[in-house]
Amino acid sequence: MQDRPTVDELLEAVAGFLRDDVMTNTTGRINFHARVSSNVLEMMRRELNHREEHLGREWAGLDGLLGLESAPASFDALQARLLERNRDLAGRIKDGFADDADVRGRLLAHLRTTVHDKLVVSNPALAADA
Amino acid sequence: MQAAEVQEGLTSFVREKSAADAVRLENLVRLSGGASRETWTFDAHLQGKGGAETIEGIFRCDPIPGVPSMPGRALEYHLIKAAWDEGVVVPEPLWDGDDRFGVKFFTMRRVPGEALGARLIRGEQYGEARRLVPEQLAQSLARIHKVKREAHPELHPLPGPIPGQPTAKAEVDNYEASYRLATPDPHPVFELAFRWLHQNMPLADDCTLVHGDFRLGNFMFDEGGLRGVIDWELAHWGDPMEDLGWLAVKSWRFGGKQPMAGVGDREAFFEAYEAAGGFPVDRKRVRFWELFGNLRWGVITISQAVNYLVGRSKSVELASIGRRTAETEWELLNLLEGKGD
Repeated sequence: MQDRPTVDELLEAVAGFLRDDVMTNTTGRINFHARVSSNVLEMMRRELNHREEHLGREWAGLDGLLGLESAPASFDALQARLLERNRDLAGRIKDGFADDADVRGRLLAHLRTTVHDKLVVSNPALAADA
Repeated sequence: MQAAEVQEGLTSFVREKSAADAVRLENLVRLSGGASRETWTFDAHLQGKGGAETIEGIFRCDPIPGVPSMPGRALEYHLIKAAWDEGVVVPEPLWDGDDRFGVKFFTMRRVPGEALGARLIRGEQYGEARRLVPEQLAQSLARIHKVKREAHPELHPLPGPIPGQPTAKAEVDNYEASYRLATPDPHPVFELAFRWLHQNMPLADDCTLVHGDFRLGNFMFDEGGLRGVIDWELAHWGDPMEDLGWLAVKSWRFGGKQPMAGVGDREAFFEAYEAAGGFPVDRKRVRFWELFGNLRWGVITISQAVNYLVGRSKSVELASIGRRTAETEWELLNLLEGKGD
């Protein structure tokens, strides 16, 4: 186990440096990219803090649409399998899976949840507004 | 191009076209931005029998020789000319280029103002502009849509609908193809949206000049409102409702609370567009194009991130745009559920 600071604390430190030091001492392109970089690090912090909860919820939603499946134990395997299940879902939608009103309603509810979780990470202001 | 080359070539070009006895070219400056196009500003002092005149001009050219991949880019001078002749608020076109630089180029007069969308939405000095812009845009758009194919043989190379197919089909197919080519991971919301578009393809046969990128960011404005509609390279023949739908796309509101370009009420905009001689507004078709527009921007966010993923660009900005796809998915869900504003 690594010592403190945690990943979250280190990301916070670098994001703060970019925002408070680099941005205040630069203009133009560097200033803009420092802002983007600081925002990216803040986004990474939110992703790391929420990912277990979000991926678990997405898995459960896919269970409801594609059928029950036990989730892989390791994080990497879970992520790889989620990608495959989403590929499966995308292919089914392309073939008319959601033309049925009942399926469409359940699918929209699932997509609302997963896209909202993505926004909580990538654009919390929009997520709070929605 | 190098400044010295532009300075020399442009001086003789302006002298020939203006028929002035002498031309002094000053303040030649290349503007930043736009890898697909070089834009330079210049002041040309003309001396002739009729007296003296100063042209505050813009010189636009392709960065490399060859035929541009987009017909709208090669024809930008003719597009602006056709729009100018209909009374659209555009920079005044001066002269289309010849072959002296080995690349396509043309000149137009500078218009005052700036184009950054967020500045119009938030700028304290732009309160009056925000009030004026919707009607000005509606009027210019109605006039763009008066440009007819039959009257403009020079614009025939622009892409258009495939005969015998719905007007929208070529465009939906085009973005679906680039989505399937580009996307590194599955997007169920996009699949749902593409299916909806195929199932709700409008059958209207209105066909006219479509600007193709009519949105905040491509309008020059100042305190007095609209000064010029710019960036014509995506122009094509198609359904006039497409421009109305694209103008309402969420990302082009730059945080503004109103649907049309962030500053205009939807119904008031439609009324102003019709009053200025535009096509009768088919609200359902506008929604179709608005949904298509959100999807189109969503596909573009993926393509931009792919430029980073495959190593074509190292830009952190491009990389992070990949995480903006979710915003377009959210808006697509709103529109698919009939909850758009």
